[in-house]
Amino acid sequence: MSILTYIAGWPLLAALALIVVPRNYRVVIRAVAVLATLIPAVLAVKMFVQFIPGVNGYQFEQQIPWVESLGISYHVGVDGLNVGLILMGAIVAFAAACCSWEIKEREKEFYILLLVMSGGILGAFASLDLFFFYFLHELALVPTFIMIGVWGRGERKNYATFQITLYLSIGALIALIGLIALYLQSGVNTFDIPKLIEHARANPLAASAQNYIFPLLLFGFGILVSLWPFHSWAPLGYGAAPSPTAMLHAGVLKKFGLYGLIRIALPLLPQAAHDWMAFLAWLCLGNILYVGWVAMRQKDLNLLIGNSSVAHMGFIFLGIASLNLIGVTGAVVIMIAHGFLAALTFALSGYIYQQTGTLEMSKLGGLCRQLPFIGTALLMAALAGCGLPGFANFVGEVTVFFGAWTVFPLVTALAVWGALLISALYMLRAMRDVLHGPLPEKWAALPDASHVWRRLPYALLLASLFVFGCFPRLLTDKITPDAAKIVSLAAPAGTADKTVVRIDLSELRTSTLRSRATAEDGPNSELRN
Amino acid sequence: MNSELITLEVCVIALGVVLLLADLFMPPERRRFLGYAAIAALGLLLLTSLSGYGICSQTGTAFSGSFVEDALAVFFKRFFIIAAILVLFMSVEFSDRIATGISEYYSLIIFALSGMLFAASANDFAMLFVSIELITITFYVLTSFQRGRLVSLEAGVKYLILGALSSAFLVFGIALVWGTTGKLNFNELALVASQFAGNKIFLLGVLLVLVGLGFKIAAFPFQIWAPDVYQGAPTPTTAFLAVGSKAAGFVLLLRVLFTAVPSVTAHWANLLIVISGITILYGNLCAIPQRNLKRLLGYSSIAHAGYLLLGVAALAGGVHNSTAGGSALLYYLAGYLFTVLGAFTVICLVMRRLENEDISALAGLNQRSPLLAATLSLAMVSLAGIPPLAGFFGKFLLLKAVIEQGATTPGYYCLAFTALAGVVISLYYYFGVIRAIYWSTDAPDLSPIALSAPAKVSLWICIVGMFWIGLFPSVVLNLATAAAQVLK
Repeated sequence: MSILTYIAGWPLLAALALIVVPRNYRVVIRAVAVLATLIPAVLAVKMFVQFIPGVNGYQFEQQIPWVESLGISYHVGVDGLNVGLILMGAIVAFAAACCSWEIKEREKEFYILLLVMSGGILGAFASLDLFFFYFLHELALVPTFIMIGVWGRGERKNYATFQITLYLSIGALIALIGLIALYLQSGVNTFDIPKLIEHARANPLAASAQNYIFPLLLFGFGILVSLWPFHSWAPLGYGAAPSPTAMLHAGVLKKFGLYGLIRIALPLLPQAAHDWMAFLAWLCLGNILYVGWVAMRQKDLNLLIGNSSVAHMGFIFLGIASLNLIGVTGAVVIMIAHGFLAALTFALSGYIYQQTGTLEMSKLGGLCRQLPFIGTALLMAALAGCGLPGFANFVGEVTVFFGAWTVFPLVTALAVWGALLISALYMLRAMRDVLHGPLPEKWAALPDASHVWRRLPYALLLASLFVFGCFPRLLTDKITPDAAKIVSLAAPAGTADKTVVRIDLSELRTSTLRSRATAEDGPNSELRN
Repeated sequence: MNSELITLEVCVIALGVVLLLADLFMPPERRRFLGYAAIAALGLLLLTSLSGYGICSQTGTAFSGSFVEDALAVFFKRFFIIAAILVLFMSVEFSDRIATGISEYYSLIIFALSGMLFAASANDFAMLFVSIELITITFYVLTSFQRGRLVSLEAGVKYLILGALSSAFLVFGIALVWGTTGKLNFNELALVASQFAGNKIFLLGVLLVLVGLGFKIAAFPFQIWAPDVYQGAPTPTTAFLAVGSKAAGFVLLLRVLFTAVPSVTAHWANLLIVISGITILYGNLCAIPQRNLKRLLGYSSIAHAGYLLLGVAALAGGVHNSTAGGSALLYYLAGYLFTVLGAFTVICLVMRRLENEDISALAGLNQRSPLLAATLSLAMVSLAGIPPLAGFFGKFLLLKAVIEQGATTPGYYCLAFTALAGVVISLYYYFGVIRAIYWSTDAPDLSPIALSAPAKVSLWICIVGMFWIGLFPSVVLNLATAAAQVLK
């Protein structure tokens, strides 16, 4: 059995086990949930350490046939693209389980749903089979709706639930149609992603087929990732969600669509991807500039974080749209960094909401005095969100900009404004309103996160941002060889015959090295300044 | 003659007669236990048919080709027997609400079952008509069996009038087909049908036959009876109507469209696409405002007729000569069986003492009986098509079959998107039921619900069925694929 099966299996098994635990054994339920997410987190760290970068093919693979007549099998494995995502997902799941102390009613159901969600999403990232890829994502998605609908907060809870369910179901189902069409068009009768890619390399899909499947995947996945103009569910949904749900969804589950684009759409539909990328680049300006602007006007901290999280998706799309090694590598780095960041900010805002009962920024203020730990963590998270060097987000964003500059200079020039100016503006303003200034009297007795268990999730997420921010090679060394494969597959088929492709590959290898150098130079040079 | 092929049918009819006779020798207070005897007998027949020896082990035709025993027939026969067993479990629990004649109720279910078994093997318009009438007439009685309840009688009368109308269409259509071609046997008809493809009277005949069958499966625009009858009929009858009668309609539809008149069907793909799409939207949209649980399931069953028609429409497309639509349809029906019967069993047990089956009556079910709450929630989740239950993989297969046909006819893509819209709409009302179970604030009655051991057994059969078909689809899918090969 592969270590990946254990990583995804423990939470699911624990969810099953919790069904039989009586609901008044609250400590047992919590302990099971925390343990069942701690084990995958530890295993994911072990897997991340054991992963050998640059090996051809997948590692920790396991394959069990499931429906042979359709070519569906349970197939898991990691390469550089998903090894970091699984590590991030497992850590965030553990942090979310730790932060679930805020849930006071119907705990049993909540933890069951949380575990199903964690297991489903970890499995989806590990999956190398199109069917299970979708199946496990859907398994993780549905609990999100229930959790927001039942444990959500605020007056607009029902509306938010309604909207997020509608948007995400439609997005997922559009992507499903695209995936089925992809399977049928390839004609090899297998859902196995490596086999499909292998087949598509030799005989690519007809351009007409690519041209209608790619938009299905782009917009289906795009809706799941809150691509502008399909983003309006995200701030509202996250504003209404209980914080563990928002952490898992904004941090991990949302990356599914991006991962799907990189893993499936780019290598299998290279021609169409090439045609659509300029369009995507302009759309992501909508995320970066428009949603950034919207974020500036928010009065509620959670809506601000939600909008900023949507804005960050724009950078990832820009990295993907650049279709070169540096851009795609950067996109994957931001996916991981943003996962930690989104989880951290939602966890912190959840703590503040729990203590004060409001997140309206005009009513808060001076909280840093009462909550030194939470306040400091929130400030660091905000700075990471603005792209301060030393945090993993900076590495990703700067890599994406380097990658995108060569392809879309105008878009990049505009996007940089979003990254530097707009996000700094709203983040710092929010920090001033929430953390500094006079402390309203009614908050004079707020308790800070005092003991170790309460502090652990925040510390863990911050530490992860730091580690990958200071040592980005931990990620980029693993990502680049496999991103290079994706990029070479996504190179337009018409431009080169086989021999030229081989030369391209060797060139890419050198550019791999170059981009590694860039990725390292990035933070260092900036720090020197 | 090959008359040993109908051993199963003969056994089932004999069982029905024995039940009627046994009624004479039983003291009234013990008659309800006859239901368990019938369940045991049907269980035995099911095991024999699965064993590969004796019944259902031979294939071939009998009675000058009007009766056919093939993989498709065997698949549906097993399906109908399982449905009847679960409905009988439900009927035993329901017996206290039937003032007189519970053993007649059991034997009428058995007779309806025999009609379904014949329908599965019908290969001739005469056999088709007789089996349909056998099913429909027994259902007239089963629907109005609670003679003391006005709604039950009303449902019976509605079903009688509209059922008689549809039978009239059906028999008129058969007459036109026979009048133009001179054939009743499906295989013989298939050989000559292409010569009559331009004959308007022949086409009208086929169309009228489809109208009659459309009534059985409650497809748009012949769905109008379904909500009223579902709501008024005794719950076990509703369940059998939703599963057995609908499936019988589908097996006959498949036989007529793809065995008898394949050359006509090939031109009617667009008609099937439109009917399927409208049925899905109609069922799902009308289900939204419903407060009565049985009525809600009535509309949901219309929507599911639409989903099943996706498979029929995909078969009619004929790209790659693929039978993916057929196998998807059969697989979906198998999942639908356990899902719907599970839901109706819960309704039957919860609403025991209530006059109206309002959704609000489910409030607090979670505390009253966790098993019932779990079964109903799982059934709703499966109907909505959420992994890992049976409904998800079924919908996946149907969508796959439809998209496969999209290569030639773009209409199939529109159909796939319509189906998606339906799935998204349906999330709303299915989750409404789950919300009522777990999260209603005002529960008037929190007394625990006592469950008899057999009721628990049938609930567990439904739960295991939903999970097994969803998590290990290979077995059922292989059977369904083999059965669908018949339609090539």
